[in-house]
Amino acid sequence: MFERLLALDRRWIFLFVAVALTIPFFLGLSCKSYVSPEVKALYAALEELRPNSKVIVSFDYDPASEPELNPMADAFMKYAFHHRLKLICIGLWPQGPLEVDRCFNRVLADPEIQKLNPVYGVDYVNLGFQSGNEFAIQGMGASIYNVFPNDMRGTATSQIPIMMDVRDFSNVDFVFNLSAGYPGTVEWVQVAVDRYGVTLGAGNTAVQAPLVYPYLGSGQLKGLLGGMKGGAEFEALSGHTGKATKFMVSQTFAHLVVILFIVMGNVAYFAAKRKGGRA
Amino acid sequence: MRRQIPLLITGFVGAIYIVTFFIPATRFVETIATDWILIIQAFAIWLGALNLLKLSIMKLSSRKPGAGYAAIVIVCFLITAAAGLAPITRGEHFLSDHNYLAENSTFEWIYNSVYVPLNATMFALLAFFVASASYRAFRARNREATLLLGAACVMMLGRVPLGDAITGFLPEGWTLSAWADVIMNFPVLAGQRAIMIGIALGIVSTALRLVLGIERSHVGGD
Repeated sequence: MFERLLALDRRWIFLFVAVALTIPFFLGLSCKSYVSPEVKALYAALEELRPNSKVIVSFDYDPASEPELNPMADAFMKYAFHHRLKLICIGLWPQGPLEVDRCFNRVLADPEIQKLNPVYGVDYVNLGFQSGNEFAIQGMGASIYNVFPNDMRGTATSQIPIMMDVRDFSNVDFVFNLSAGYPGTVEWVQVAVDRYGVTLGAGNTAVQAPLVYPYLGSGQLKGLLGGMKGGAEFEALSGHTGKATKFMVSQTFAHLVVILFIVMGNVAYFAAKRKGGRA
Repeated sequence: MRRQIPLLITGFVGAIYIVTFFIPATRFVETIATDWILIIQAFAIWLGALNLLKLSIMKLSSRKPGAGYAAIVIVCFLITAAAGLAPITRGEHFLSDHNYLAENSTFEWIYNSVYVPLNATMFALLAFFVASASYRAFRARNREATLLLGAACVMMLGRVPLGDAITGFLPEGWTLSAWADVIMNFPVLAGQRAIMIGIALGIVSTALRLVLGIERSHVGGD
């Protein structure tokens, strides 16, 4: 029996994971998230910003990371609109500007945000993609107009109301980086923070988050949203419950299934070993 | 000569960044060099795209197994490039809007309806394979493996609300989420720092070898 368990067809595992992920969507369950210190630190840094502060949001991810990063992008945008922060969105990944558009489409569909009546070019802007990775960040330190000469609609950046007094990083109050790899948070720290003294917060995929923990400890990164959990914690703090909180139930069930399978595998392993069977 | 000129360019550009870092008055040179790099990188994207097309055509013409995939790459490449380069849009905006990312543009439709679902699906499959791999690989075979297994279980439970639901009765600092924070802030942080410092030292030494012309593998040398 234990031998059969050890050689379990992986399709059974796939089935259990699929059930664990999908069933919670139909049950309407919700759960309360413990808020970690790194998320509290990010929220505290944002709370210090005054209305009309200029915030660069760099969308450095592609659709593969949407489930983790979209909820935090949405929550961040909603927070920013409610606090009257001016959003300057860019992408160092080619998919970035399209993710910006998709994010604005979702956030601006919210009736609460519509009441605030954010105006393109005045309250938010999408400057598009620039190749060059960390060199694009370095170029922005010298001149943002030079690196992003036009926005996505073809308007000269220097003529857009929100950008008129934003020449380089010295005119930017905060940078929030949504990252799923390279270029991402590491490059923003190494160039924008270390060279130009930018205040940086980040939202990373769960796989990426451990790589930037050293920057949290050193204070180069003000705060971090790690994975869907980070998004759910930010939603809890900002009071805009969204997809991250909802999806956390599915993630909880999936983790539970994986742990149960690991326990089952170990029990079978030791039992088979004791019997002198295959292990 | 074919090797000396690239080596000279590498050394010169490297020297610009070293000098301008230490002498702020020369930063304007760095700005010019950065502009050049941005332009070169933009061309590199084209080079990469055209190389992909060339390799796919070669694979298709060789008629080896898997050549069908190359055909799919070529067709998708050409359709997406055409949608991005030509001012074509769908619906009532047909031929009226030159912004390839404009609302209702064909390029936007390809991105939202084809690229996003395919890309997200491929990545989502990871959840299933990770679960299957965890079942087979996470065995408490020895002390190190048991430690890794324990840390993984604490992280998996501590990073979801279930962890606190199970250990909520414990004093603050003893819950699973607190233990997950401890793992992230001490052993993980220490390990990451060591790796980062090691990588940084490696980068500095490699960069110096490149600037000084000792490292020549990028120009076809030893």
